Amino acid sequence: MEQVLELKNIHYTYHTLDGETPALTDISFSLNKGEFVAIVGPSGCGKSTLLSLIAGLITPERGLIKINGKYLRESTTNIGYMLQHDELFEWRTIYHNVLLGLEVQHMLSAKTRARAHELLDIYGLKNFEKSHPSELSGGMRQRAALIRTLVLEPDILLLDEPFSALDYQTRLTVGDDIGQIIRQEEKSALLVTHDLSEAVSLADRVIILSGRPAAIRQTIPLIFSLEQDTPLNRRNSPEFKNYFNLIWKELNCDE
Amino acid sequence: MNEFSKEQLNFLKGQKKHRRIVNISRVLILFSFLFLWEFSANVGWIDSFIFSSPSKIALCFWEMVTDRSIFLHIGVTLYETIISFILVILISVLAAVCLWFSKKLSEILDPYLVVLNSLPKSALAPLLIVWLGANRMTIIVAGMSVAIFGSILSLYTNFITVDPGKIKLIYTLQGSRLQALTKVVLPHSLPAIISNMKVNIGLCLVGVIIGEFLAARNGLGYLIIYSSQVFS
Ligand SMILES: Nc1ncnc2c1ncn2[C@@H]1O[C@H](COP(=O)(O)OP(=O)(O)OP(=O)(O)O)[C@@H](O)[C@H]1O
Ligand SMILES: [Mg+2]
Repeated sequence: MEQVLELKNIHYTYHTLDGETPALTDISFSLNKGEFVAIVGPSGCGKSTLLSLIAGLITPERGLIKINGKYLRESTTNIGYMLQHDELFEWRTIYHNVLLGLEVQHMLSAKTRARAHELLDIYGLKNFEKSHPSELSGGMRQRAALIRTLVLEPDILLLDEPFSALDYQTRLTVGDDIGQIIRQEEKSALLVTHDLSEAVSLADRVIILSGRPAAIRQTIPLIFSLEQDTPLNRRNSPEFKNYFNLIWKELNCDE
Repeated sequence: MNEFSKEQLNFLKGQKKHRRIVNISRVLILFSFLFLWEFSANVGWIDSFIFSSPSKIALCFWEMVTDRSIFLHIGVTLYETIISFILVILISVLAAVCLWFSKKLSEILDPYLVVLNSLPKSALAPLLIVWLGANRMTIIVAGMSVAIFGSILSLYTNFITVDPGKIKLIYTLQGSRLQALTKVVLPHSLPAIISNMKVNIGLCLVGVIIGEFLAARNGLGYLIIYSSQVFS
């Protein structure tokens, strides 16, 4: 299978005046084209750090990251990074928020604008194009943030607990929603989450990290014998509970 | 569109009342301020030689209107205030942007800005005359000196309160630091820049008038000194 992302022996340490915090030790894994991988791990173990490294916001101390076979530095692959908070700008309308990435990358054209309108329409925000973020519900804001990422046509999506700011019910629907959107658009995605059931219902594979400094404890492929593999059907399947318990046990095995 | 519900009409009425209260209160505050000024000058709470009083100004104003010289004085002061105001805004936005770009620079300059800002600028006006001569430039510099350091500090302080997540967003979109400035920091700080301008136009006027007290042949500051000498 074609690998879009490859990490080899990644180490990262934060340095501050108070001392150093090792965050990641010897992380190696890869992401295949069109694959959806979830990363779970205890709070503060280094999950966001891992995504920041892949997005190129920080550079690893040791190890290498390859994207589509090229080193991260030389890679021209578009990586979409959806942060934990939607970070929509209140001084812009939803439509102009969605255009932000295009503006920053000087890609505004009639075609990309049309694509923005189209995505807003498909994902139910057409009537809110002229609204400001504070007029939208949490789920709608999250969808707007996703569209802002998708309109750049990224090949790899990094999602950092994108649903954690939502209440439980919205989280289920928006999570399923966004999961479907990503599958429809055939993106390769890396999802960081606290929520095991979210991981099991959305991903093809779950990577379990140990506590800080994070190392990969185990990788669990998720295989469901379903006719229609949707998050909702997964939740109702018998395998769901088994996978949930397996990951839960793996996460808590040293406590 | 023209069909308003009862609630909407009530709301509009409420808004109208609100506006009326705001307007009346504004006028009221102006008059009570003038009254207090006049009163305290008459009673002697404040030195009318330096502070003058509304009645003295009004009397002199009328005299000046009749011989038309007032318009020259107002024009001169207005001109000097606007020039120093525009310079203050331009320089302080530029300086705050530089400080924001370089954390090192801002840390190095921070104590100097704090000290410069807390200097009694009006007391330095005579020094300015010695340095720059008794001309229009001195007065403009005096106007700027009152506002500029505080303006830089408050703008910079506002710049660095931007949510770091929003700046991180720009970087995740492969943006540069310059784009973080233009797309996030400046729009975020626009309200602060505007309120800063409101404060600064007043401060510049104060500075210009202080300058005119000492170094001018015309302008409102000169006029105040002149009239208090004539009437006191
Ligand atoms: N800028 C920083 N400077 C110093 N230490 C940091 C910095 N950012 C993170 N850390 C430390 O590195 C560790 C990993 O941080 P990270 O944000 O990657 O964790 P996380 O797994 O995303 O946590 P959470 O589940 O709470 O989101 C944390 O324990 C934190 O204390
Ligand atoms: Mg995190």
